[in-house]
Amino acid sequence: MQILEFIHEHITYIYLIVLMIFVGIELISHVPSVLHTPLMSGANAIHGVVLIGAIIVLGKAPEDDYLSLGLGFVGVVLGTLNVVGGFVVTDRMLDMFKKKKK
Amino acid sequence: MMQTQILELLYLLASVSFVLGLKWMNHPDSARRGNLLAAVGMTLAVFGTIFLAGEGGSGMSNKGIILLGLVIGTAIGTVMARRVKMTGMPQMVSFFNGMGGACAALISILEFREMQHAGGVEHAIELVTGSADGGSAMKLLIIFAGLIIGAVSFSGSIIAYGKLEDKIKDRVLPMQQLVNLLVFGGALAIAGLMVGGQLEGTLWLYITLGLALVYGILFVLPIGGADMPVVISLLNSFTGVAAACGGFLYDNNVMLMGGVLVGSAGTILTVVMCNAMNRSLTNVLIGNFGGNKGGAAAAKSGSGGTIREVSATDVAIMMKYGQKVIIVPGYGLAVAQAQHVCHELEELLEKEGVEVKYAIHPVAGRMPGHMNVLLAESNVSYDKLVEMEHINPEFNTCDVVLVVGANDVVNPAAKSDPSSPIYGMPILEVENARQVIVMKRSMKAGYAGIENELFYQPKTGMLFGDAKATLTKLVNEVKTL
Repeated sequence: MQILEFIHEHITYIYLIVLMIFVGIELISHVPSVLHTPLMSGANAIHGVVLIGAIIVLGKAPEDDYLSLGLGFVGVVLGTLNVVGGFVVTDRMLDMFKKKKK
Repeated sequence: MMQTQILELLYLLASVSFVLGLKWMNHPDSARRGNLLAAVGMTLAVFGTIFLAGEGGSGMSNKGIILLGLVIGTAIGTVMARRVKMTGMPQMVSFFNGMGGACAALISILEFREMQHAGGVEHAIELVTGSADGGSAMKLLIIFAGLIIGAVSFSGSIIAYGKLEDKIKDRVLPMQQLVNLLVFGGALAIAGLMVGGQLEGTLWLYITLGLALVYGILFVLPIGGADMPVVISLLNSFTGVAAACGGFLYDNNVMLMGGVLVGSAGTILTVVMCNAMNRSLTNVLIGNFGGNKGGAAAAKSGSGGTIREVSATDVAIMMKYGQKVIIVPGYGLAVAQAQHVCHELEELLEKEGVEVKYAIHPVAGRMPGHMNVLLAESNVSYDKLVEMEHINPEFNTCDVVLVVGANDVVNPAAKSDPSSPIYGMPILEVENARQVIVMKRSMKAGYAGIENELFYQPKTGMLFGDAKATLTKLVNEVKTL
């Protein structure tokens, strides 16, 4: 019963998740294997969206709670590393796929 | 109010940019644009959160610290990503993935602390006794999911990074499976008891964190270095799921969308990678590839044949006066950093009117597509890189196949010997060519630990030595001929 209620309460999210799973599967099955490495790297950068969570958590930390501030700060730095590093590495990889002009 | 609406719009745009970005990455011509689009979407979402989210849409508190963190992270991330060599890409991806996992775990710790301050944990306990709503127990469940997945992803990625950097060796503990099960089961049990209300206190949270970190290490440690791409891809999807947990926690659609998208895309990518090696995911994660069966096969075919060694001069003549040469690059080429001199050889031959192509096996190198990235780095034209299905029919019209540091992907046993551990794996059918030249450092077996009968065939010549040194020799020979 509790499960039914949970599904009822979060039905929009559940639709979102199910549809997103299909979108993810669809997107990947069409990628030529030559692009798998950049793609993995690109997906890696996208899950860096977890950075937003770190920002929220740091943003609501009380100003005198140094442990929260400290950990939140580390979280933001690590999340940014994930995002920026991920996108830059992917860009470098893809830059090499430019058609060479002769 | 207005701010919140703008933020929602930004999140929507960001979500669309992620999907569209991944879609554009389906084609080499639009891939770079796709990546940039996703990056722009991410930037919108991040700055939108800082300045528009929070109470009354006035943005976050502690803006200064947040921005400082962004600046530091951006600086370090950019420098690392710019400096890494192309051969080091896979471990770089693994490293960044680990950072994302750590970030997810930290969020969970902080959320738990806040819940405790607000008395949320007690609240959750009431739920079990039937006197509270489901919200808090659910929240606790998600916190623990994010914590465990994030921590496993973090420690696992760091081990994967270490293995690809050759800093950590493969190691199998006695009773490895049992230990793994106990550690992981322990983490799950504590998390379950805490969500259920039987356990409380921050200490248990840290114990769960510790167990999850240990599990990540134990999980990756016994897996062979050459299987790391599969592991990284799997951990990549883990971090996606951890990010999605955060999305649930904060009712944040963009985190949820991005996280789930990567979670599912990463899982499929992992399966695709396994399929290319004709192995199941379980086999990669649990089985020691080429263990007993491989040993038997090696003993059977290894004793007999004789090999024919050829000189660089012979090979240079063969190629220069041939019509068509196909190069099969493998992991050995990547290790020897020989991609540039390989391209030099290709250009030289083309100038002599020889048609040169590269045959790319889906799992050549250390990641699918790794070879393409390496060769593209040394300016090899994208059109010259031909995938397995398209190149296989071309081998019988080809004069010389030059196998550079590849082994298992050209092993005919995959087609002919049902007892071979790689039986059924799609291979490059190089044995159809008129001449096959195999460049190897020694007669040592490949990653799968099995002998390659190709080396003993009459049409095969072996050219021993480091890939880069030998290719350089070939270039000089072709020049002076």
